[in-house]
Amino acid sequence: MNLHEFQSKSILMEKGVSVPRGLVVYDALEALVAARSLKADKIVLKAQAHSGGRGKAGGIAVMSIDDDVRSEAGRILKMNLVTNQTGPQGKPVSALLVEEAPQIDEELYLGVVLDRNDGHVTVMASPAGGMDIETIAKEAPEKIYLVKVNPLRGLCPFQSRGLAYKLASKNLIANQIAKAVTALYEIFVSYDCTLAEINPLVVSGEKVLALDAKINLDDHALFRRPEMAGLRDRSQEDPVELSARQAGLSYIKLDGDIGCMVNGAGLAMATLDLISIHGGAPANFLDVGGGASEQVVADAMNILLDDIRVKVVFINIFGGILRCDVLARGVIRAIKERGLQLPVIARIEGTNIELGRKLFADSGLQIEMIPSLDEAAELVVVKAKELSAS
Amino acid sequence: MAILVNRESRVICQGITGRNGTFHSIACRDYGANMVGGVTPGKKGAFVDGIPVFNTVEEAVLETGANVSLIFIPAAHAKDPILEAVDAGIKVIVCITEGIPPLDTASALYTVKQKGGVLIGPNTPGIISPTEKCKVGIMPGYIHTPGPVGVISRSGTLTYEVVDQLTKAGMGQSTCLGLGGDPVVGLSFVDCLKMFKDDPKTEAVVLIGEIGGSAEEQASEYIKKEFCKPVVAYVAGKLAPPGKRMGHAGAIISGGAGTAQGKIEALTKAGVTVVENLTKVGQTVRDILL
Repeated sequence: MNLHEFQSKSILMEKGVSVPRGLVVYDALEALVAARSLKADKIVLKAQAHSGGRGKAGGIAVMSIDDDVRSEAGRILKMNLVTNQTGPQGKPVSALLVEEAPQIDEELYLGVVLDRNDGHVTVMASPAGGMDIETIAKEAPEKIYLVKVNPLRGLCPFQSRGLAYKLASKNLIANQIAKAVTALYEIFVSYDCTLAEINPLVVSGEKVLALDAKINLDDHALFRRPEMAGLRDRSQEDPVELSARQAGLSYIKLDGDIGCMVNGAGLAMATLDLISIHGGAPANFLDVGGGASEQVVADAMNILLDDIRVKVVFINIFGGILRCDVLARGVIRAIKERGLQLPVIARIEGTNIELGRKLFADSGLQIEMIPSLDEAAELVVVKAKELSAS
Repeated sequence: MAILVNRESRVICQGITGRNGTFHSIACRDYGANMVGGVTPGKKGAFVDGIPVFNTVEEAVLETGANVSLIFIPAAHAKDPILEAVDAGIKVIVCITEGIPPLDTASALYTVKQKGGVLIGPNTPGIISPTEKCKVGIMPGYIHTPGPVGVISRSGTLTYEVVDQLTKAGMGQSTCLGLGGDPVVGLSFVDCLKMFKDDPKTEAVVLIGEIGGSAEEQASEYIKKEFCKPVVAYVAGKLAPPGKRMGHAGAIISGGAGTAQGKIEALTKAGVTVVENLTKVGQTVRDILL
């Protein structure tokens, strides 16, 4: 679950990290009033959407209070923000953060991640803030300083200080950076984050401020923080992906016209690859999970049939825990409830396969059963092409 | 021979009285595994289809000499049983549970490594050594057959698919194991390749990777330098859009790293036979070994 910048900053403030003075608003007039109340020479309007690269996409404006703040705020609030991270469909702007624009003497980077290679929480710091960490890693890897945290000891004060002294020589500044490092680490661990980042952390005169922040929470640990559920912004998520997740399915929208239902994440990815090898384009990734019930299978089938882009449905199941008869019952139920307008091709293998085949045969539904996965994928692609040609 | 589990393994199941624990403990025993006990706090003295249940792992180890544990405990509580197993001296811990908070896995794994244990998973189908008639996991046993091919995978059903092809192509397996679909897991491809290198019964290895992380790239480095047996690989997720978790928590392209294409290139450069069409893996292995 991703948080907006203003939500991330409010968590940082609770932990004692300074951020620029600012207010969150939801309409243009409110933005003007907020900007005036800040009594700053320069202000910045920042689109709140779950994406980086907002500046380049036109979602951030630095203005003087004499400029037309109201119409600029209105423009940003109405935007559909298309960045290099959102894909062509973009993201709506959920709110506007109106902040004072502080003087910037230096831009630093602080980030905390869990290193999947060694299982250690890793704190990253760099004097080359302002650009993303992947760019720093590519262009100036020597400017990234890392601390690997021993899970039994946690981050020690000397480690925070060590990083701070690499970024600043003045004690006054270094002390504030060390405090920010400790705070960011504590947030990462106590909120079970996948990422906690301040970029840039700016030196502004004698102060150190978090100019931008990104805190992403791990969905698997949200049970420990039920109070965070209220911070989820559903407008930033694809509605079909969201309802699929509520049904216990893992669904990702893609650009093509072949609807896919598969069990298991790896096999689901491989099925997409196979469709592409045969020249087709899948409409989605859909993993019904290892132990799906009849209901979950029916829900999955409905998601595919609801998608107007889908021309052919491809079911690829290797039943392990998921039994083929359960699968067949779920599919048949969904189709019988709504009728079938699309061709369905199924390749089914594994536990209780005979029973599954029999259920499909007895159902009287036009479902083509192809035992060979490769041939099934090929046929699906041919059918999809025929239908888009006609 | 095989790796990690064999005929001598003495297996317990933590969470044996739950629905999945009961079903799979019996299925593992049916396959030939030596299921010596189970653990559910408060259920000491009970039996699951003849398998004795204990209150603690320590007790189970004392009474049965167990050295392998299969864990079916809900994600929110799964860190504790991993630590309990390693403290009781269990050397091979197979954690099936999906969705454990990664920080819990990371901290448990630190202790497992310190004590010289091995954690398979979490979010794994487990491990099976057909040559040794030992299955510690949830995979359908009947698709496997004994033989010379080692299989290492980051996915469950995708492994079944490949194993089924291998069996139908007459290529049996020495040991098949799933590393797990989570971002942090106990074993890497390199760890397993090292074990397969020393296993005389394994003549070739099939490596099934997917997007996310850099385990395949690290395997490529190792294979180039030190691994002489033939390796066939498949990497899933060429069509995965960046920034999306493809079903597995660990299957995500982040910051442009961890793409299928990058992994395929690295493996190819290391001399690995990379198969682009999933359905050709079995035949490719057969062509190489026969």
